Parts: sequence; structure tokens; C-alpha cells
Amino acid sequence: MSLKNKAYIVGAYEHPTRDATDIPLAQLHAEVAAGALADAGLTIADVDGYFCGGDVAGWEAPGVGPFSIVEYLGLNLRHLDTTESWGSAYINHVAHAVQAIEAGKCRVALITQAGRPRAERSSPEEDHQGQKQSGFETPFELPYNMVVTNMYGMVAARHMYEHGTTPEQLAWIKVAASHHAQHNPNAVLPKVVTVEDVVNSPIVSTPLRRLDCCIISDGGGAMVIVHPDVAKSLNRPMITPTGAGYTVKHLNGGYFDILASGGVKTGAEAFAQAGVTPKDIQYASIYDSFTITVMVQLENLGFCAPGEGGKFVSDGNLISGVGKLPVNTDGGGLCSNHPGNRGGMTKMIEAIRQLRGEAHPKVQVPDCGLALVHGTGGQLGARHGSATVILERV
Amino acid sequence: MSEQKLPTSPVRTPETDMFWDAANEKRLLLKRCNGTGKAFHPPRTISPFTGSADTEWVEASGKGTIYSLSVTKRKGTEHAIVYVELPEGPIILSALTDCDFDAAAIGQSVKVAFVPSENGQLVPMFTPDA
Repeated sequence: MSLKNKAYIVGAYEHPTRDATDIPLAQLHAEVAAGALADAGLTIADVDGYFCGGDVAGWEAPGVGPFSIVEYLGLNLRHLDTTESWGSAYINHVAHAVQAIEAGKCRVALITQAGRPRAERSSPEEDHQGQKQSGFETPFELPYNMVVTNMYGMVAARHMYEHGTTPEQLAWIKVAASHHAQHNPNAVLPKVVTVEDVVNSPIVSTPLRRLDCCIISDGGGAMVIVHPDVAKSLNRPMITPTGAGYTVKHLNGGYFDILASGGVKTGAEAFAQAGVTPKDIQYASIYDSFTITVMVQLENLGFCAPGEGGKFVSDGNLISGVGKLPVNTDGGGLCSNHPGNRGGMTKMIEAIRQLRGEAHPKVQVPDCGLALVHGTGGQLGARHGSATVILERV
Repeated sequence: MSEQKLPTSPVRTPETDMFWDAANEKRLLLKRCNGTGKAFHPPRTISPFTGSADTEWVEASGKGTIYSLSVTKRKGTEHAIVYVELPEGPIILSALTDCDFDAAAIGQSVKVAFVPSENGQLVPMFTPDA
């Protein structure tokens, strides 16, 4: 059954900073909350449902970290949802918020995301290696001293092996992101790059190069999702989620396809629930930790056949105004923002801009009425949470 | 060739003592689910396929094929992370050792080789099977 018109996204805000050295984590959450509420025409006193991931209090969260941020924000809640899923959490929270509103658990849902890896000078590799061996699988993985880029590099290597995909084809994903980022005054990398720039950048972990990787930035964002009655009282564009999917992809005892992310399942579920197909989608926000992340997810969601991703992304097909499927028109995590090493919130916010007609004029999709947002959180080449949401302007 | 960093030592549990004891004897063990007949990895007492504790240890041949590969060189160290597909069924995460990482490729035949970790516990890696 479609989620259509069960709730509306009426507020969205992306923090303009990319370096939050002078802004503590809780304050970042509070600033994005205030921004999204102001955008909706609501105040913190209106919020009765709060949704957050594991970034509310560093590595202590989920745990009791959420209590701390709820107190900082001064929330008076009837509903709290702390479902963690790394960067895909916030896309999943959209579906959870609709469910909570429909069940009468809350009327005004606030979702926040923030992080400051630049300010904290944290390294994804050190975070990874520093983890406790508490999972049953960690003693069988950590000894090999792998880094995050290995776990995406192995996806790219397999894609090249099975499908003949080339580094130049992967590079087109960065090129598209840079074409969009040139119009974003807050982007970390606003300079347009070429395929040659990408394939001549130094190797990080084979076959991925520096420009195949996303940037590291501080910041965050927030959304406000409300009951239809509340939405009618606000003079804001009406954007409703119509379909959603969530799953956890894992290694299944050693029987898995590294090129099939959770998106195979969550995309099919979201499209079926929304009653639309990939051909209907006018704009897509696709998580872009690395170029290969975008390519695999586009295939898995059905925008092209398995193995056809290399051809699909080439020649500017993801560039707004040039290609058939505009993707990540804010410049994405590859060029603009990847706050707290999490992509889901900024992916949602750019889709909302597109549906409102508020994207930069140079990248705005004409009369954008149907968008898809998809993300994975964790490691594409191993276990990850996967979330898809389809959004419609009504 | 630059240095390969010593493996971090794995933390043992009662569920995996047999695996690590066998590794110290240079034997690679897998768990097998008797309900489905499928070997799986990483090892656990309860089968991920049936939810049953009807599982047993079996010794792997130690042979395999590189399913995927990613090499990282930085700060004077290098490592090659691999998924190795075993003839017993599962694809397992590991690393290459004692070879030219730049010459390694997906589809290549490999065999298990045991490498000491920081505390001396041997951990399974793979090397080309000439």
C-alpha cells in the first residue's frame, strides 16, 4: 500500500559549514534542527517525535546518547526512534516517521544528522581498526588490517572483472558531481574535473583513485515530517513519501554476490509500494561514498541492467540538463558535503530542493515531480544497511 | 617491496577456539551446517541457514580462487585484501602474503598460508598456488 499523502515533508535544512571546528556536535544538531523547523514554519515546541542515528554523541550512541541530545534540544517527546544504520539511517527514518505519524505516535517528526570528522581529525581507517572485536565476524576480518577503501575497491575490481568496466567509466560519476558542484557555493570541491583528472589521480586502494573517493566534511542537516492536518496549516510545498524499502545486506555465511547491494531488495520494494518504475523518476539522489557506490546502486535499483552501469554513467548521463538521469545535483558527497562520513541526510535534502524547484537554476530539473533517494550505510563490499525512498510533489 | 604490517591478533571466544587452535597447526577449518550440507564462514555454533546448532567443524582443502582483490600501499606499508572463493563453497575474507601484490589477479588460484599475528597466533592468509 502506498505511503502517499499519509505525511508530508515540510522542512529541510543543510548546514552551510564544511568545517565545524568551532561548533560542538550537539550544537550542530541544534542548528540544523532550528533551520529545518524555521523552513517549515514551526518551532521546537511543536516537535513531539524525534529521530536520530548514531551520530548524536559520537561513538557512545545509539546507547543513551540520544537522551543527551533530546535534553540539549529541549524536546518534549511522545515518540523517539534511534534506529542506527550509518548514513542510510535518515532515509530509513523518513519511512519510520510516516509510520509513526500514521499510527498516531506523533504529529511533528524531527530528524537530525550531524558530524565533525574534519574538526576531530578522525580517520575512517583508524575508526575501523580501532573497533572492539565484539562482533562474531571481527576476529576474522580485523587481523588483515583492511581499510574502508579496500572494501569498496573489491567491489570495483569485481565489476571490472565481470563486466569489463573501465576506470574512465567510473570517472564519469565524479565528473558529473563536479559539474553540479561548480554551482554550489558551499561545495568543498567546486572545480570541474575531467575524466583524465580522475584517472590520473593517485591510487588509494586498487582500483580506486583519490578522485573516486568522496570528501571528508563537517556539518549536517535536518528534516521535518508532519501529519497531513499540520501540513495543511503551513503554507509549504507538499512533498510526500510514496514508497520505501529497508534491508540489511550481509555476507550470508560466505554465499553472496559482491555486486548486489541491499538496493536490489529495497529498490524493488519502494518502487512496488509507490506504483512507479525507474523510468518515471525525474531526479535521483544516490549515495556516493565512492564512484563505484553510485554505479552499483544504479544497477541494483533498476536504472540500468546489471553490468550496464559503465555505459549508463558515461558521457554526462548523470549531469542535469545533459543526461537522462540527473543525480546528486548539489555535487553530492563526491564534491560538496559528506557530513560525519554519512550521506543519507544530504541526499534527502537535495531531492526535496529539486521537488520544490529550489535547486540551483543551473541544475534544477524542469517541473520535477518524482524523485528517488537511496543510500547504503556500512560497507558496500560487506555488510550494510540499505534504504530507498520515493518522493512525490503533490 | 614495502613492509606488510603484522596482523592484529584475533580475539578468541569459546565458539571459535577450535578454529584458532587448528590455525596454529596450519589447518584451515570451516563450520558445516548439517541441515543443508553447506560449509560456512566465519564460524559460529548456530547455522545461519537453518538456525539449528546441528553444525560441525570440517577441514578445508586450503585451496581457493581470488574472487576479488584490493591493494593499498601507503606510509611504507602495503597490503592486499582478498575475498577467496573456496571449493567447499563459501567466499571468505583474507589477505595475500609472500607474493607480488601487483601481479595478483581475480580468478587466480591460491592456497592458504599461515602468518603470525602480533601475539603469535597464526592467522590464515593466501598465496599463489604455483
